Amino acid sequence: MSGYLSAQLSILCLNIIIAYAIFLPAASGQLNLGAGGFAIIGGYLGGWLNSDFDGLGLAMQLSIPLAALATAAIAFLLSFPILRTRGVYMVLATFAFAEVVAGIVLNLEVVGGAAGFPVDGHADLSVLAPICVMVVVSCFLLMSTRFGLAMRSVHDDENVASLFGVNVHWVRVAAFTLGGLLGGLYGALYGHQYNYIEVQNWNVMFSIYVLLYVLLGGTQSPFGPLLGALFFTVVPELLRSFGAAVGSELIADGRFAIFGALIVLMMAFRPEGIVTRTMLERLMGRGAREKGAT
Amino acid sequence: MLLLQQIVNGLMLGGVYVMVAVAFTLTIGMLNFLNFTIPALFMLAAMFFWATLGGGFGSGFTNLLNHWVPQSMHWVVAAGLALLVAILASLLIERFTYRYMKTRFGDATEHAIPLVSSLGFLIMFEHLVIMTWGTDPLSVNSPFGTATIKVGGLLFGVPQLLSLVFSIAIVWVLHIMLMHTKTGRALRSIAENPDTALMLGVDVQRIVPLVYVVTGGLCAIAGILFAINYRTVGPYIGDQVATVAIAGMVLGGLGNIWGAIVGGLIVGLLEVLSTYWFGADIVKVPVWGLLLLVLIVRPSGLFGHATIGKGKF
Repeated sequence: MSGYLSAQLSILCLNIIIAYAIFLPAASGQLNLGAGGFAIIGGYLGGWLNSDFDGLGLAMQLSIPLAALATAAIAFLLSFPILRTRGVYMVLATFAFAEVVAGIVLNLEVVGGAAGFPVDGHADLSVLAPICVMVVVSCFLLMSTRFGLAMRSVHDDENVASLFGVNVHWVRVAAFTLGGLLGGLYGALYGHQYNYIEVQNWNVMFSIYVLLYVLLGGTQSPFGPLLGALFFTVVPELLRSFGAAVGSELIADGRFAIFGALIVLMMAFRPEGIVTRTMLERLMGRGAREKGAT
Repeated sequence: MLLLQQIVNGLMLGGVYVMVAVAFTLTIGMLNFLNFTIPALFMLAAMFFWATLGGGFGSGFTNLLNHWVPQSMHWVVAAGLALLVAILASLLIERFTYRYMKTRFGDATEHAIPLVSSLGFLIMFEHLVIMTWGTDPLSVNSPFGTATIKVGGLLFGVPQLLSLVFSIAIVWVLHIMLMHTKTGRALRSIAENPDTALMLGVDVQRIVPLVYVVTGGLCAIAGILFAINYRTVGPYIGDQVATVAIAGMVLGGLGNIWGAIVGGLIVGLLEVLSTYWFGADIVKVPVWGLLLLVLIVRPSGLFGHATIGKGKF
């Protein structure tokens, strides 16, 4: 496998993991603009646990899961105040959370502050790919369980869900915490993949892009974030190589501008995201069968 | 004295935030829409202002400008162009955000549609500017120099002072318009319930663009004042200013224009004072920490109504 391809595949794996981290809260109706905050916590914890010189010097097999679990614990504690907010306030609160985390880590001398932090252990594609597949499979399984159904019902209508005996608050807390777990996992894996992390990697634009992966992919089914992350990773690269192939600097340089226009058009023509439940039902032929049965 | 000067500096910095915060609060109060294109409009205006004065449109344009307009009036052309571009861009954004929000899809994510479109516009405008002028910070040939006045040993920046006076004047005019004119009453009815407003004979499709024109204008004025004041522009200035302005808006209460002024000033003051006391690195923590606290303890802010922004995503 060429170096370019494996580098791109690593980015894809990482993007898919962080997309599911934001998908899980989104599937239960919460827009989370704090992906950067979780990534910073996971990345720095993972790096610090792993580092021989500055940190504890744990093996990578320990540091990554520990970082993910610790991030999940933080997300759990945080979910109580944050979930008191609704709608646009929740977007702003998660956004403020990410900025506070970034501000604190920038001032932590133990992890290098603004200069960034080197991470020792290296995780290449052979580590990332299986973890990514595991994350995707478990999210699919999760969404097909009773809990997944509860998440969907909370997303669609909270009042009706609680009338039918779903504990809305705990579903939302669980979805947020699981999102934190995956966010921390992403951060730790990112640190070990690139062996160097800095707060600037996970700024506002990062959180915005991740939220876009999920919303463009669609929040109705677990296929959504998978396709969203794929779209966001592959399309700019394709536009770049297409631009290089036809010798047009305009396409190569302007690929993100084209991309922004694509997002706007996408929202105009298919605002539910790429994948919807109706579309899946049609693809699987389930919709037709149900109609025939009734 | 030094502390007093810092307080003045904070209020001056707040002056720039105030304008952007008012733009944010206006769209969210009227249309229940967190408009993420505001940073892009702010940046576009500042960049066009720079480009007209600094030859960003190529030598042909500069020659034309020198030929037709006297040197001392160049900044007027620059400001006019910046204003025009921001307002036109804002009207384009209206087509793709509010109009589609009105279309119901029977899905709970409907309020995310304009949010996502506006993020798309943000990415698009930022990269169009990067494509044209690159990512490096560019210095503006300000026609006013450093422009400070000294009153009793305290330095006041003229552009910041102007920004503060401008925003208070604009908000005052807006307030009068909202309270005492027919258009203002129509806008308030839209803020309360667009469907009912439509039924009662308000021409929603004609009046909503007005909000976008005002938003574009406010962002443009803020961007021009920013360019004159700091004399450096770049494609990312919008993100930096707008994120702090959002904090100011929330502090003042979503949808409250007077609240946005107070909130913007408080945030500017907080930023300067925490830099003064604790250093420049820590500045994010008090600003965003305060925002987080306000959102959790009192989401309606200092002066806001509890009903705005409660819509489900």
